[in-house]
Amino acid sequence: MAGEVNATMLTARIRKKLRSAGASSFVLDVSIEASPGITILFGASGAGKSTLLDCVAGLAQPDEGRIVSGGDVLFDSARGIYVPAPKRRTAYVFQTLALFPHLSAEDNVAYGLRNLPELEKRERVGAILKAFHVEKLRKQRPGEISGGEKQRIALARSLVTEPRVLLLDEPLTGLDAELKAAIVDDLRAWNAAKGIPILYVTHSREEVDALGERVIALDNGRVVSAGAPMEVLNAPRRKKLAQAAGFENLLSATVLELREADGVMRVRLGESACEIEVPLGYAAAGSRVQVAVRAGDILLATERPHGLSARNVMEGRIVSLEQRGTMVIARVDGGVSFVVHITPGAVRALELTAGRHVWLVLKTHSCHPVD
Amino acid sequence: MEALWLSMKLAACVAAILLVIGMPAAYWLAYSSWRGKFLLESVVALPLVLPPTVLGFYALVAMGPRGPLGKLWVTLFGHGLAFTFSGLILASVLYSFPFAVQPLVASFEGVDRKLLDASAVLGAGGLRTFWRVILPLSLPGVVTAAVLSFAHTLGEFGVVLMVGGNLAGVTRTVSIDIYDRVQSLEYGEANRMALVLLVISFAVLSVVYAVNRRVWTPWPAK
Repeated sequence: MAGEVNATMLTARIRKKLRSAGASSFVLDVSIEASPGITILFGASGAGKSTLLDCVAGLAQPDEGRIVSGGDVLFDSARGIYVPAPKRRTAYVFQTLALFPHLSAEDNVAYGLRNLPELEKRERVGAILKAFHVEKLRKQRPGEISGGEKQRIALARSLVTEPRVLLLDEPLTGLDAELKAAIVDDLRAWNAAKGIPILYVTHSREEVDALGERVIALDNGRVVSAGAPMEVLNAPRRKKLAQAAGFENLLSATVLELREADGVMRVRLGESACEIEVPLGYAAAGSRVQVAVRAGDILLATERPHGLSARNVMEGRIVSLEQRGTMVIARVDGGVSFVVHITPGAVRALELTAGRHVWLVLKTHSCHPVD
Repeated sequence: MEALWLSMKLAACVAAILLVIGMPAAYWLAYSSWRGKFLLESVVALPLVLPPTVLGFYALVAMGPRGPLGKLWVTLFGHGLAFTFSGLILASVLYSFPFAVQPLVASFEGVDRKLLDASAVLGAGGLRTFWRVILPLSLPGVVTAAVLSFAHTLGEFGVVLMVGGNLAGVTRTVSIDIYDRVQSLEYGEANRMALVLLVISFAVLSVVYAVNRRVWTPWPAK
């Protein structure tokens, strides 16, 4: 049974030192597994996502590690194995797509099929162009084709070769949500039959929510968490990841006291007198941490609330209210500045205006200490 | 007119040879990551700054009966290399080398690296990537290289004089012929030949600039 699983799995253990633009060198040091279906690699830019894909594709060589795809060892530093990119059977769609500008859509797609008889080649190209709904663009060159359709052709070009792994580096950037969803549906439909692992790199929270399945979060070259999107993104452990995952409030705080029996610690926010209770993090009393809080997880009250289970109630004053679509963004000064998302209805019902005296209510478990 | 024909023949041969040997050289210069690459880049550019007489002098010494090339040539073909058409071609290839290689390097370097990565991931090795991606996307550079090395060879004087001498029908090219006629005060004849050379050079350069301005282009620009 284990063999059955390994036949389609991608496993990669990679260590690679990179000279980044900044002064400090950057080390990618990860170990990941991807089973058939979409696995999302999530992280802020510069987290090492693209380098990881380059290593899997054979466009970059790790200093150390082992990469196995579909039972074949593609790279093994200990045994001196390095399969060059053209022989890896990994498909890779770049962010820029990299369609060949001098070839028609059809010739682009046929590029990877060279050892086939002409007739079979034409059949396979036709079939995949159809599966991705771009068969009418066969004769067009990339310069004459619109954004979303180019993405479809790039996907078709990669998949027509029947790869063992598909690597996608933010391939749907710049498309609207509807178009993205339609393309992802086509991709899923295609992969329902083929069942290969797909590594999908993104730094967009919305794409993670839309694609679901499994997420591996990278930060600064390390895997910081892996699992279902909810688990990974709702409890970020790193500052950059918290920003990327859409935590509007990142508050610096000083740890005052650990209450291990209750699983909480008290922290002081910024330089203010404001103290709150947050879940225990890997921190000692006196150390500085960041606390991530979603703007939608904060309640506002116009009177001091009583009888609440929420442990953190702070006095504050509304600095500004700004309506954006069906959401109002309130900035509240409670010793430190908070961003709070509320509905227009709540603004009317509570008669909230700038300058209004309010109470902020914050559940302990809506506060996430991050490194 | 014999001299003009000879010059055209020489220029065409040199341009053809330079395209063949210039491409691998340019490929290496464009894509090698060797740290000492700048040294070879300098060597390639040398003919641009050296007086033709210096280059011609070294070529002549090498080709002479006691030079390494000359000796080899005698063993292979039974006659010397200096003051022959073949010798002229060899020296001109050296002299026009940068005019072929530099446009090729520039256009190879201009090809988006991601396209090369895409090609590799799609299973193409280096040679296939070169033929299917790099070369078609570098066509303006190839045309420029061919035309410039042709034009430059057509107009050379110093190297030809050093290596080829002035043998009618064998090594007497247009530029030498013009010089000869001026020396013997045949200004009318010299003027005619000079004008022909001027017109050809202008036409040839127009081709280069037109191609690079994409006045004609093999595929839509966008």
